[in-house]
Amino acid sequence: MWSFFHKLGSPPWLYRIAGSILSWLLPLTLVALAAGAVWGLLYTAPDFRQGNSYRIIYIHVPAAVVALAGYYVMAIAGGISLIWKMKMADVAMKSCAPVGAALTFIALVTGSIWGKPTWGTWWVWDARITSMLILLFLYLGVIALYEAYDNKDAAGKACAVLSLVGTVNIPIIYKSVDWWYSLHQPASIKFTGESSIDPSMLYPLLLMIGSFYALFTCALLMNMRLEILRREARTGWVRKLVGA
Amino acid sequence: MYFDSFHAALVMDGHGAFVWAAYAITAMVLIILLLTPVLRSRRLRRELAGEIRRREMTQTGREGPHASST
Repeated sequence: MWSFFHKLGSPPWLYRIAGSILSWLLPLTLVALAAGAVWGLLYTAPDFRQGNSYRIIYIHVPAAVVALAGYYVMAIAGGISLIWKMKMADVAMKSCAPVGAALTFIALVTGSIWGKPTWGTWWVWDARITSMLILLFLYLGVIALYEAYDNKDAAGKACAVLSLVGTVNIPIIYKSVDWWYSLHQPASIKFTGESSIDPSMLYPLLLMIGSFYALFTCALLMNMRLEILRREARTGWVRKLVGA
Repeated sequence: MYFDSFHAALVMDGHGAFVWAAYAITAMVLIILLLTPVLRSRRLRRELAGEIRRREMTQTGREGPHASST
């Protein structure tokens, strides 16, 4: 167990293992995404109230769910790098930010497009949407803050603190539809009790949520590999890697 | 397939523009997300390889005993 943690802190090992995970996970993810999208777009019945516009759910909900989960990954990695000074945790935190920002952006844009035919408006300043926008700014804030420092140790610390403080926003996003009156509907899938969504719509949705988790993992690992190469550029193993 | 024809799937009873636009934008963002690290690491590796080659060339230019140890 301890040797595993020890290895996690080793850049060449992490670089290699991330590469071997990506070699099968990335193609699998792309196939699953394509299959889920085709299933949701063409092989499900329309919603009895919203008609065909509901098909956006198969990208909107997965993107939003994983954008939120990704924030936890970023904050936990930030916490680990802050407390135990693990360099690879700092790499993971930095690599999370662009992925989370992209997914939050997708959730906001698809939600906006979905809102037009359903609510009659592209945008409302309600609790769920506004807190999601804050999530986007938190992700972008981490990216910008990292670039703002010349001293990368200080940058890592500042970003870790920002991402930890930002976790306050996550339960607010989750609970926003219950706490405040909102146009946004509450969750249809529940872990406890009956889900209010038909199985024929639920299965492609679950496939897409799984695919988006896998996609997050792939993008995270790819960014981490790039960041490791950058930081280890002067070491022997990277020279051997690029020289070969 | 739920739709009767390709055209019906495109129009989706008037919602087609919204649905297809949402999927197209998502696909675009995801492609950028995945391509960026690939292109950047390719460039970085090329740069590093070039750096190593230059250093080797300057070292061989100076020849054996005179070569610096840096």
